Amino acid sequence: MQPAPVMPKTWRVDTKPHKFCPGCGHGLILKCLGEAIDDLEIQSRVVYGCDIGCSLLSWDLFNLDTVQAHHGRTTPVMTGIKRARPELICIAYMGDGGGYSIGVQHLVSSAMRNEKITVIVANNTQYAMTGGQMAPTTLPGQKTETSPFGRDPGTTGMPFRGAEMISSIVQEGAYVARGSIANLRQLTGYLKKALKNQIEGKGFSFVEALSSCPTNWRTDAARTWEFIEKDMAGYFKVGEIKIPGRGEVTADA
Amino acid sequence: MPDTTRMVLAGEGGQGVQAIAEILAEAANEEGRQALYIPNFGVEQRGGVSVAFLQISDQTIGSPKFLKGDIVAALSDRAVQRTAQYTGPETTFIYDSAMEGVADELPKNAARVMPVPAMEVAKKELQPRVFNMVIMGAVIGATGVITLDKAKAAVEKKLGYKFEKQPHLRDLNFKALERGVKLGSEMLGGLH
Amino acid sequence: MSEKAVTEEKRVFMTGNEVVAWAALAAGADIMYGYPITPQNEVMHYWTRLAPKYDKKFLQTEDELSAGFATAGGVMAGRKAFTATAGSGSVLMQEPMAMAEMMRLPTVAVLQQRGGPSTATVIYSQQEVTLTTIGGNGEGMRVVYSTAGHQELYDYTIKAFNTAWKYRFPTFVLGDGYQAKMREPLTIYDPETRGISLLEPEPFVGKEGEPGKDRPPAQYRNTFNLEEELYEKVMSDIREFEKVAPEIAEYESMETEGAELVVIAHGIVFRAVREAVANLRQQRFRVGGFRPVTLRPLPVTQIKELVAGAPKILLVESSYGQMARLLKEVACGSATEISTFFKPGVGITAGEVEARVKEIIKS
Repeated sequence: MQPAPVMPKTWRVDTKPHKFCPGCGHGLILKCLGEAIDDLEIQSRVVYGCDIGCSLLSWDLFNLDTVQAHHGRTTPVMTGIKRARPELICIAYMGDGGGYSIGVQHLVSSAMRNEKITVIVANNTQYAMTGGQMAPTTLPGQKTETSPFGRDPGTTGMPFRGAEMISSIVQEGAYVARGSIANLRQLTGYLKKALKNQIEGKGFSFVEALSSCPTNWRTDAARTWEFIEKDMAGYFKVGEIKIPGRGEVTADA
Repeated sequence: MPDTTRMVLAGEGGQGVQAIAEILAEAANEEGRQALYIPNFGVEQRGGVSVAFLQISDQTIGSPKFLKGDIVAALSDRAVQRTAQYTGPETTFIYDSAMEGVADELPKNAARVMPVPAMEVAKKELQPRVFNMVIMGAVIGATGVITLDKAKAAVEKKLGYKFEKQPHLRDLNFKALERGVKLGSEMLGGLH
Repeated sequence: MSEKAVTEEKRVFMTGNEVVAWAALAAGADIMYGYPITPQNEVMHYWTRLAPKYDKKFLQTEDELSAGFATAGGVMAGRKAFTATAGSGSVLMQEPMAMAEMMRLPTVAVLQQRGGPSTATVIYSQQEVTLTTIGGNGEGMRVVYSTAGHQELYDYTIKAFNTAWKYRFPTFVLGDGYQAKMREPLTIYDPETRGISLLEPEPFVGKEGEPGKDRPPAQYRNTFNLEEELYEKVMSDIREFEKVAPEIAEYESMETEGAELVVIAHGIVFRAVREAVANLRQQRFRVGGFRPVTLRPLPVTQIKELVAGAPKILLVESSYGQMARLLKEVACGSATEISTFFKPGVGITAGEVEARVKEIIKS
């Protein structure tokens, strides 16, 4: 018998193993999120929302009240819950397609209104559930199913730096950071700070997590890590971008 | 149904046709009668002719829309054109006699066409801004659709907050209303 | 608890949008989510002025998608939440309402129909019937009340909250631009003094206790893996909807007994029909009128009886047959002769209905 893997207390044991592909970053990010919730002891107050895309596979991952919404619409559902019941802690979890493309108006507007919710965007540079199409976050030259010869910035623009965009529109009190599955301790810290920001009612909180998709990237383990740590992190700087009381901080922090 | 009075009031934005319609409707409602008032609110609302549709009845009112008015009042030359479609053989058509060059546009098919010197009276005897009160009075005078007392009460309800600050406005408005009623009933008498 | 907004019966004279705001207060609504579109705007205008006095909330969202999804969130949090929209807004509203259908959420939406397709007019139509009754990529598991004036806007807005929370199907009050903007008298009242008890909302999420310890987690999804899994889910909702449909369905009929021709219309157009039928009866025409108050579910039994009994039917509406399609499906197989009078996006008067009836009867 194998020893049971260590899971956050908020994870449901009966729905494990989870449904993500081998090497997928979602499981790691959601483990960090689970640990953050455990540490803050807020399990009975959290409402967790997930999107369409691979994030939907987390609809029964936690021992948390959960809503799985439409593509990009998790943010307004969580906004609706938070506005109706401010004592609840609302987390909207989605991919970069849901956050930065089809649901970007919701993300921008909820950030501008300083909604007291926490939005987490897993950035794996493409649409994974639908088979690996180009996303706003696809890197220049990166091959996807809809950019088979590599993304051409001349015709499709440059990758979208969502966390920086959010930090430029939020007001004082908001928390914005970008973590990575390459540094789980740091990512858990960011998620914890984001949730604390919501609990303390300071403002909007946002964490982008650089994530992996070896299935669609068609990468082996070594190249997967290299892509996250070099290619992605080279364009999407990891670090805290906005901390209440400290204004704008440099992305290299 | 003869016991329903259907009215179309039209004018330029700012001439106060919607206010007249609203006050008439409020007054009828206060009398315990049925009233249905619907403003036009097309894109025309900005910079176009403002039209108010009003029905007052002792019975439940049917469709808010109607094809021909019993009373059609036009306060501007553009309003004369705009309201042509609502004029039929039963219609009393009221317009301000100070308007120039509308003679050819006036409805040929109306039961009665009543020029009312509302602007002239307002300018000479009162103040130009109570022009719409004179017109409202004329409509009441010509139709008896509501009582003068109820009309005054409805004016008080709508403009009372202004009268509080400037009590002379109450007299001015009521005078305009009474003068209008007189004009309306005179016109009616002259036509019979 | 905040005080009640409406305590005693009162005759008032106001616009339909104002009526909706008062009715939502009387129904105990907690929060409105909305986005501006004519002719619905004043529902928000009145709500934002009235709501703070009674501890109610409002959120202006970035679009109707967000308004609809936030309304879904509001009801999931266990609050009586509602939204209002029209026209192109109703189109966007279909996406969240499809989710509400899938998750059986008691959302309430008030729709003040305007002209279509596209931006069309801001004035009036009955062209949002297909959209509201059938809606998005589902089976139309929703309740739609089509009102015919201010008293009904008040009565059915209150009822919509109870229907939604009782049956857990998204519920719509289908008004129109005329009803939104016109003023006419009505009586407002505290529903409880008339023996209407208001259902208490219950949270879907954010329930008492720690999930996984004190209770299982409450988890809602709209995505299914297998065809069979979806089939089970959809069929169970359909069976439930069909079971409660006769309880929900409402209609109004006048002089249909032994009528040679029955005019069928819904919403405000039925006011023209009432007047026309009364006038035609005076002229000794054997004419009746029938109106489905609920367009979804339809009063199927009454419609079947009607088409079995009346030799002629005239369908009248301010769209090119959106109600007619629903009714023809129910009437399918009947020998009755069906005529139509359609004026898409345009109001219909009693005189026009009378003329059309005479044309049919004389032919």
